[in-house]
Amino acid sequence: MHPAFSVIFLTTLIGVGQGLFLALYTGQLYALANLLPAQSSNFYAVGSMVSLVLLFAGLIASFFHLGHPERAWRAATQWRTSWLSREVLALPAAMGLIFLYGTVHFFDLTKPLFVISGTLPVDFSLIIGGLGTLAVFGLFLCTAMIYASLRFIKAWYSPLTVANFLFLGIGSGFMLAAAFSAYQGTSLVSFYGTWAVIATLFGLLTRVATLYRNSQFRCKVDLKSAVGVHHSQLEQKAQGFMGGSFNTREFFHGRSQGLLNLIRYAFLLMVFVVPVILILLAYALESETLPLLAFGIQYLGLILERYHFFTEAQHPQNLYYQSMA
Amino acid sequence: MTQLALVIDLNVCVGCHACVTSCKEWNTSGWAGPLTDQRPYDADPTGVFFNRVQTYEAGVFPNTETYHFPKSCLHCEDPPCVPVCPTGASYKREDNGVVLVDYDKCIGCKYCSWACPYGVREFDEQQKVMKKCTLCIDRITDMSLPESERKPACVLACPTRARIYGDIHDPDSDVSVAIREQGGYPLQPEWGTKPSNHYLPRRKTRIQIHEDELVRVDNPLKKEALPTLPEAGETLDDVAW
Repeated sequence: MHPAFSVIFLTTLIGVGQGLFLALYTGQLYALANLLPAQSSNFYAVGSMVSLVLLFAGLIASFFHLGHPERAWRAATQWRTSWLSREVLALPAAMGLIFLYGTVHFFDLTKPLFVISGTLPVDFSLIIGGLGTLAVFGLFLCTAMIYASLRFIKAWYSPLTVANFLFLGIGSGFMLAAAFSAYQGTSLVSFYGTWAVIATLFGLLTRVATLYRNSQFRCKVDLKSAVGVHHSQLEQKAQGFMGGSFNTREFFHGRSQGLLNLIRYAFLLMVFVVPVILILLAYALESETLPLLAFGIQYLGLILERYHFFTEAQHPQNLYYQSMA
Repeated sequence: MTQLALVIDLNVCVGCHACVTSCKEWNTSGWAGPLTDQRPYDADPTGVFFNRVQTYEAGVFPNTETYHFPKSCLHCEDPPCVPVCPTGASYKREDNGVVLVDYDKCIGCKYCSWACPYGVREFDEQQKVMKKCTLCIDRITDMSLPESERKPACVLACPTRARIYGDIHDPDSDVSVAIREQGGYPLQPEWGTKPSNHYLPRRKTRIQIHEDELVRVDNPLKKEALPTLPEAGETLDDVAW
């Protein structure tokens, strides 16, 4: 497939935004259980705003993918059958809940509403955060299923696609949370850093498994089945045109194998290896800037990762556009 | 239920592209139009077509055979492009099974084209919507036309009658009979999309005939050659009564 930069930015940006929100809420839950020091409401409010900005940037990026962005509202109608439509609903739902979560913290509306078993004070932020977490996981699922539900594109048609989107989103989000808390000077850097490393390593596992899987399989159909001529020597002589078409532009990445190998090694280094080393270094050196660098490198790596994700996909329609004599 | 479809006979298609040009002519000026072109008279021309004719070669020279392969939307009975559409712009008509795009609802996200394994949807770069073969829906449903013209433009244009049009759910229709009797097959059946359009394979019409069958041994009316008297002279068998 031809990599679409609008979609690359959409998926990576909202992944980070969702992960950051999960990080904030996880931090709040840990603080509630007295496992971590409680943070100022400002920390959560600003963090939510950063998450919201990332999600909004992703939303803006997605509009560049559309031929008619002014009709985008229509995309909410077919949620019964289309994962894309479900994403269109889940994204604003998650944004709305994250906005409410930030607002509740900003205005300090965190007086306990009631107390469960005398130990667990429940306030607005806890409830809204819980709903937001559900929405965020739902959004991860919808985004990934857009690709994982296309049964013809075998490179994507796998639960590994969902796992990759989930772990890479959470990993990069927690990485940003570590950078954010380092910037704010809070004591949560090692907490967020540890979870960022764990999620990133899970992502490494699923992403490498995906790469291995995609290097092994063969397409279910071949040219014989595509044309219906079951001859052992079947070769295309003409495509029906000489100047290219939508079919030759949209479904071919047109990059050399050498470049793709380079991109693959680059993203494996930038998403998985370098950030983990940097965050460990930051822990050792108690550095405030290294987590930010770790996140920046990981995000650039994620762009390459998503680019590679598109180039991995071999569309069966390409069988009809193999050669031109 | 009616399922309109084309059956394309690869045995007689000569690859003249008349179906391509007539399709473009009809549809660019009709309900589905315009089918826009970019740089049509320049280097690297490109544009929207609903129908393309490709050419394949089987075998190794000199024992080769050329296949001209017209390729358009197959109007699947279970079209994978329809449920993925987020706006409902892609739909399959209930009454005749034709898969269509509502250009006023399409947001141009191209997701349907990703979901089609046959690559028969084409994005219009100028109108920014997805387009595809309509089976000339404005023509086949136009009751003001005489019935003989209520057919897709490509079918009417084909000089070798390689394209047959009809309802594949009606067992007595031309298309059903052709599929049944001439080995009609769908493309990429592995996916289970149940394409409605079928293709008829190359057919060899050879008869087994031996040398001795070319000369009639029994030739009572002496039609083919002057009777030659055998060495032994005329017998009763040689006399025509």
